[in-house]
Amino acid sequence: MTSMWWRIQALLIKEFLSLLKDKKSRFVLIVPPLVQLFVLSYAATYDLNQLPIAIYNEDRGSAARDLIARFNGPPAFREVLRIERQAQIAEALDGKQVLMVLHIGQQFSRDLLSSRQPAAVQILLDGRDSNTAQIALGYARTVVSQFNSDWAHQHNQPGSPAELRVRAWFNPNLESRWFIVPGIVGLLTLVVTMTVAALSVAREREQGTFDQLLVTPLTPAEILIGKAIPGLIIGVVEASFSIFMVVVWFQVPLLGSLAALYIGIVLYVFSVIGAGLMISSLSVTQQQGLLGGFLVIVPGVILSGYATPIENMPELVQHLTLVNPLRYFLIIIRGVFLEGLGVADLVDQYWPLALIGLFCLSCAGLLFRKRMY
Amino acid sequence: MNAASQRLLGLIRKEFLQVLRDPSSLAIAFAMPVFLLLLFGYGVSLDARHVPIGLVVEHVSPESRSFSAGFDYSDYFQAHYFRDLREARQALLSRKINAIVHLQADFERRLNGSEPAPIQVIVNGVDANTARLTSGYVQGVWEAWLNARAEWQGLTPVRAVQLEARVWYNSGLRSRNFLVPGLIAVIMTLIGALLTALVMAREWERGTMEALISTPVSVREVLLGKLIPYYLLGMGGMLLSIGMAVFLFQVPLVGSLWVLLLAGSLFLLAALGMGLLISIAAKNQFVAGQIAIVVTFLPAFILSGFIFNIDSMPWPVQLFTHLVAARYFVAILQTVFLAGDIWEVILPNALALLLMALAFLALALWRAPRRLE
Repeated sequence: MTSMWWRIQALLIKEFLSLLKDKKSRFVLIVPPLVQLFVLSYAATYDLNQLPIAIYNEDRGSAARDLIARFNGPPAFREVLRIERQAQIAEALDGKQVLMVLHIGQQFSRDLLSSRQPAAVQILLDGRDSNTAQIALGYARTVVSQFNSDWAHQHNQPGSPAELRVRAWFNPNLESRWFIVPGIVGLLTLVVTMTVAALSVAREREQGTFDQLLVTPLTPAEILIGKAIPGLIIGVVEASFSIFMVVVWFQVPLLGSLAALYIGIVLYVFSVIGAGLMISSLSVTQQQGLLGGFLVIVPGVILSGYATPIENMPELVQHLTLVNPLRYFLIIIRGVFLEGLGVADLVDQYWPLALIGLFCLSCAGLLFRKRMY
Repeated sequence: MNAASQRLLGLIRKEFLQVLRDPSSLAIAFAMPVFLLLLFGYGVSLDARHVPIGLVVEHVSPESRSFSAGFDYSDYFQAHYFRDLREARQALLSRKINAIVHLQADFERRLNGSEPAPIQVIVNGVDANTARLTSGYVQGVWEAWLNARAEWQGLTPVRAVQLEARVWYNSGLRSRNFLVPGLIAVIMTLIGALLTALVMAREWERGTMEALISTPVSVREVLLGKLIPYYLLGMGGMLLSIGMAVFLFQVPLVGSLWVLLLAGSLFLLAALGMGLLISIAAKNQFVAGQIAIVVTFLPAFILSGFIFNIDSMPWPVQLFTHLVAARYFVAILQTVFLAGDIWEVILPNALALLLMALAFLALALWRAPRRLE
């Protein structure tokens, strides 16, 4: 037993040396993920901020001016262009100068004051980015409905008989950053640990040192442990630092228990490394290892619920997401951060991660022996 | 045939043989686009359909029934009824539903009172984007109900201003139409960088770089010999992706194919140039692979305007996106696919791609090894 630990320890020292002895390797493991945490956290938001719009006002009334002022105000929209002729609308949208055109027709004030029919306001959106178009439309609806209720109030008209009172739980101002930033921790951990694991065995194969490793007294299980632990430590340390930045720098509230989060992190990194080692033991060259890593990372990110909700996916694809470690980790980290979940609430997310990790690692161990060439 | 072109042909032949010997390059160029496009095209959608929503109607009356019917018959919702708010809360917490609509017992009485009757809406704010879309859909149901109700009672509609929205270029707001062209840019980034990121580092690591330097070939010829085979492979992948977008996913191609292919060529040169530069600078496949993953996938996914709107990002991040070649290609792809050959969008972006390609290739040439150290 002691000799086994001694052997594993020797392998661990060698693995850490080969990962960290080279200045460039140290650099790529530490700096790019941190830069990305910052840039991507600021970039990835669904909240519209200063979206460029154009306004085409054919009406001279003060009500139209009032409505325009509501659109032009921060934070969602910013008027960058005043349109004078119909033909300019197409120019502005085609050339991507603006994403939205607000058009108030000549009839606007007359219809508004006669109150026989609603006064029409036209909105033209650039559908090339239909997600942004849809969000912008939602903002525009809110502006108009606020205008309507103020108008009714000011003119003593019978207001709406019923009104919506919307409240958002866990994230009262609906800041999408709170949702996106903790997710980035999962993304970066996936990318870093996956490549470390996916290239580890492949590199030894390509350089021919893996055969040497196999003829040492180390058993495949010991090799597996020796290969898995460095990635596990690097992954957990990087995730911890990212979480620290998310809390301190981005000020996302961390409501739940750290213990629940850390059980999740360890199991998540474990399952990612399992998948990486499985890929690595299948590949003979580092290029194959890298390709395999990519073929897991890309679908892993896309089918995780990070950027697009899993509920919107077709049923078959929803079943596919069940083998994706990032899917579970996102629920864990968002749940702990925003909903204040504890260990007991997350058991259903823990065991699939453990299962994925164990399964992949056993496959990797079996493949070590089989692929000798 | 002069000696220079013969040397070049020899290098190209060697590279092609290497590609054929390790099929992972072929897999990168052809299998990866098919796999990713299928996954994305079918898997990813930002259009919420059948959002599970919980209805709590404390007192059933004709009015409340007509209101809740709006949810029963809407394509956007899948209504679940709960007896009381406590039960609905439990469902919201366990993610069985995304939102709760609550009509209190006195809803009917207050409808005819002077103050508007409140309709409580609670959304789960953890996913802020979905929460916002969901409350937008609830607002739609509410407005439709108010209108229908006013019509039955023979009253004038209560809204002063009515919003008419028109979406250009993608009138159905079909998110696949903008996701698939954007995805081509992400895939081409991966192909370009993955194909070349390891090729120079591999020669160093295997010791064949010394052999290459001692032959009469010049540095320019070595780089061209690496570039041409992978350019041909990459363009094959690009044609395949466009074909799938048009024929399988039925994304309309309004503009012309040759503009797409030309822009694709420029983009591919930039991506391959970046890969070569990484490969030359790293000299080690592990470092090259890490850098390639870090600088390609996540920036192309998050900073290209493919999913997240660039105009809404903070200005330092917006500046940063100008360094991401995918940003220019996404703009061209979405415009040519959905809006047509609009030169005021295509030309500046194509120029930017050209400059990036030239810059990367020049840097690669400059940093390329001329002698052994």
